[in-house]
Amino acid sequence: MAMAWVWTILVCFSVLCGAANGQMDAVAGAAMEGAGAAVELCLGMGGAICLWSGVMELMSRCGLAEKLAALFHPLLRRLLPRASRDSETMAALSANLSANLLGLGNAATPLGIRAARRMAYGCEGIASDELCRLVVLNTASIQLLPTTVAGVRAACGSAAPFDILPAVWLASVLSVTAGLLAARLLQAVWRA
Amino acid sequence: MNISSYVVPLLLALTAIYALTKKVDVYDALTSGAREGISVLVRIFPALAALLSAVYMLRASGAMELLTAWLAPAMELLGVPSETTALMLIRPISGSGALAVGSDLMATHGADSYIGRVSAVMLGSTETTFYTIAVYFGAAGIRRTRYTVPAALAADLAGFVFAAMAVRIFF
Repeated sequence: MAMAWVWTILVCFSVLCGAANGQMDAVAGAAMEGAGAAVELCLGMGGAICLWSGVMELMSRCGLAEKLAALFHPLLRRLLPRASRDSETMAALSANLSANLLGLGNAATPLGIRAARRMAYGCEGIASDELCRLVVLNTASIQLLPTTVAGVRAACGSAAPFDILPAVWLASVLSVTAGLLAARLLQAVWRA
Repeated sequence: MNISSYVVPLLLALTAIYALTKKVDVYDALTSGAREGISVLVRIFPALAALLSAVYMLRASGAMELLTAWLAPAMELLGVPSETTALMLIRPISGSGALAVGSDLMATHGADSYIGRVSAVMLGSTETTFYTIAVYFGAAGIRRTRYTVPAALAADLAGFVFAAMAVRIFF
């Protein structure tokens, strides 16, 4: 439902501003133009998205994804000590992490939910500190190769779509750290 | 000659070799993954068509400039280009909405421009926060989410600020 509001507000605001600025002709043309741009964008990035979806599938089939996730196990054990003591929760967490690293959002969500449901036992509808941390981790992007963004860049004529990688990694790491720090600080004041 | 030009070709070659040694059918994995890619495109296209129309209307009406000018002092304080205001506002709410706004920024300013790069890094280093929170806590039957929303939004804000900073450092 949220998107219904967002879209309606965007369009109504455009109509109001267009009327106030005397730009209604441009607004009318823009609506059609925007829909056409969606076709161009999808065609422009379609090839890149298919290629990278294939590579990510390959990485998860040959076990590279699991190996990657194993590197993060010490970190998971520190962040979610209670959850990682339960082997089945830990397995789901680890698979969720590797899917997130590969940017397989569709695979990551059900795995993360499986972990979250196990962690929510006995919480009686109130999020525990570990659950909050798990969700904060999942709302922060830890994708190694932002393939969709690279696809958009390629569609917009970038000379080297992946040259933003170091910047994306730096910003991602700092953003996750900020989220976990904020959670740690708020944990003390925001008791269950 | 750029070192980063090696990353993608080497990644493709080494993954394929590693997968072959693990007796994985490389070609089958690639093509069935690509089929998954098609379904991703098919799924996001309707949303992109609706949202890009709205974004184009917003820009043509002059509303985008109004919003940008209004929030420019705050953006300057954060050290992010004010052109990315709309992207930052929609990012936590809608993934395809952010993709629509971000791709529009990249197309108008150029994918390799400062603004284009900052938009791309912002998209790549943040997530659709509210959607994720709703899905996880909804599935786990959690009603009181405590400090999750402010902490997750702090992560988003940090992601935006550091995206602009990282682009200035690396380019």
